Amino acid sequence: MERESSIKIRVTNLHKSFGENHVLRGVDLEVHRGESMVVIGGSGSGKTVLIKCIIGLMQPDEGKIYVNGFEISNLNEKEMNEVRKKFGMLFQWGALFDSMTVWENVGFGLRHQTHLKEEDIRRIASEKLALVGLKNVEDLMPSELSGGMRKRVSLARAIAIEPEILLYDEPTTGIDPIMADAINELIVEMREKLNVTSVAITHDMKSAYKIGDRIAMLYQGKIIEVGTPDEIKNSTNSIVRQFIEGRSEGPIKVVDPSLLVMRPQENGHAEKERRDERK
Amino acid sequence: MNPFRWVGSYTIRFLEEAGRIMILFAQTLGWIFRPPWEMREILKQMQEVGVRSFPVVVITAAFTGMVLALQSFTGFKRFGAETMVGTVVALSMTRELGPVLTGLMVSGRVGSAMAAELGTMRVTEQIDALYTLATNPIKYLIVPRFLAAIIMVPVLVIFADIIGILGGYLVSVQILGTNPTLYFRRTWNFLELNDLYIGLLKAFFFGMIIATISCYQGFSAQGGAEGVGRATTQAVVFSSLTILISNYFITALLF
Repeated sequence: MERESSIKIRVTNLHKSFGENHVLRGVDLEVHRGESMVVIGGSGSGKTVLIKCIIGLMQPDEGKIYVNGFEISNLNEKEMNEVRKKFGMLFQWGALFDSMTVWENVGFGLRHQTHLKEEDIRRIASEKLALVGLKNVEDLMPSELSGGMRKRVSLARAIAIEPEILLYDEPTTGIDPIMADAINELIVEMREKLNVTSVAITHDMKSAYKIGDRIAMLYQGKIIEVGTPDEIKNSTNSIVRQFIEGRSEGPIKVVDPSLLVMRPQENGHAEKERRDERK
Repeated sequence: MNPFRWVGSYTIRFLEEAGRIMILFAQTLGWIFRPPWEMREILKQMQEVGVRSFPVVVITAAFTGMVLALQSFTGFKRFGAETMVGTVVALSMTRELGPVLTGLMVSGRVGSAMAAELGTMRVTEQIDALYTLATNPIKYLIVPRFLAAIIMVPVLVIFADIIGILGGYLVSVQILGTNPTLYFRRTWNFLELNDLYIGLLKAFFFGMIIATISCYQGFSAQGGAEGVGRATTQAVVFSSLTILISNYFITALLF
């Protein structure tokens, strides 16, 4: 499934700024059909912005995004909605609808995009929950779930509409190492069972090595290196080396000004992330 | 700081905010007429805005009608016009106090809840999640709240009018010893259907104001729990102020 296969997602020269803060400064990235791409990078490096541009939650200032060869960066809301049906997204903190039960969450896409009957939606929701390793949770509310379970339910919701592309926003953040490994296993399993293309963003190298067919490092708004996990492990780029080895000394400065600028709508999360990382 | 700069930057910020609210309002109107409608959500919100606010509105209206009777009686007695109390209560309730007080109570009770709920959904990425599930959040979240508010606030105002007038009647007849027949004749003879319409028109606008401003505040919340708190406060403050200000202009236009 390497380079000769067709390209599922292509990002060219993507720019995005928030006021003075130039987050993405010309990102180029190609993701092949059926491939699992992991984008690594420090907090504030623009990983989340990149993934949100790909799924159309943010509009890039400049540059183009192609999915299946079609440009999606200049679509109107209605056309974008159609494109989004090809996507499923696992959010960092699950983003489950807390006014709905677990099965209603998982069945949400089905209820709004198809004309299936309630009992069919419930049955499919149970199937998807079983696929992510959850049983007898259908009637619980999201507030009754642990962090790891929330992520699983969120994943079940993402795969319920059988997307072609799965996006993972920090899949292992905020859960314990054992649960994190289980989530990694699950992501690998999803790719094998569902044959989807996936893009994950993370700063957890263990997870990146495990789930990635290829890894791309985002630094100062650009992709500075792309390679297989082995290539990344043996990278000679001092920035990549510092990041994958997790050292505070090196070309990446810990008090990088971009770390101090909060990203919109997720300041709380960014804040927490930064704290986690400095520990 | 330079005072001109200060005034200027506040003016720009105010205009920006007002512009964004108007854009959201226009988008909401754009989605309202497009089926399919989320009936479950609409009914749920109608219950929230209408049924659950009912006790608060009843108590507010009852005591307002009662105090109106008491106060106007004190004044009118001085020139022997005690029998006009019924007219004053009826006109004040239907034209002014029914809609305004209901609007203020609903903005405190429902506007804050809308801003807090949508704000939490925003900061926990639930609104983004709606987009990724190919559901437009304006259609799914704002339209039901907007419809519920423009339908249920006028309904609440009808109840407020009736209960306010009954409160005034109770105080006048039971405590101040006014003749009940005379009181009701004074109420009916001078009350026009037009007074009721003006009140309901106001209520309709107030419902619109509450839903639009509160949903806007919720949608633009950022920065975790603190941001949600700020959005909630601003939703109540801004919708209350907008109600009071627009109330003057609606009255002035329809005098």
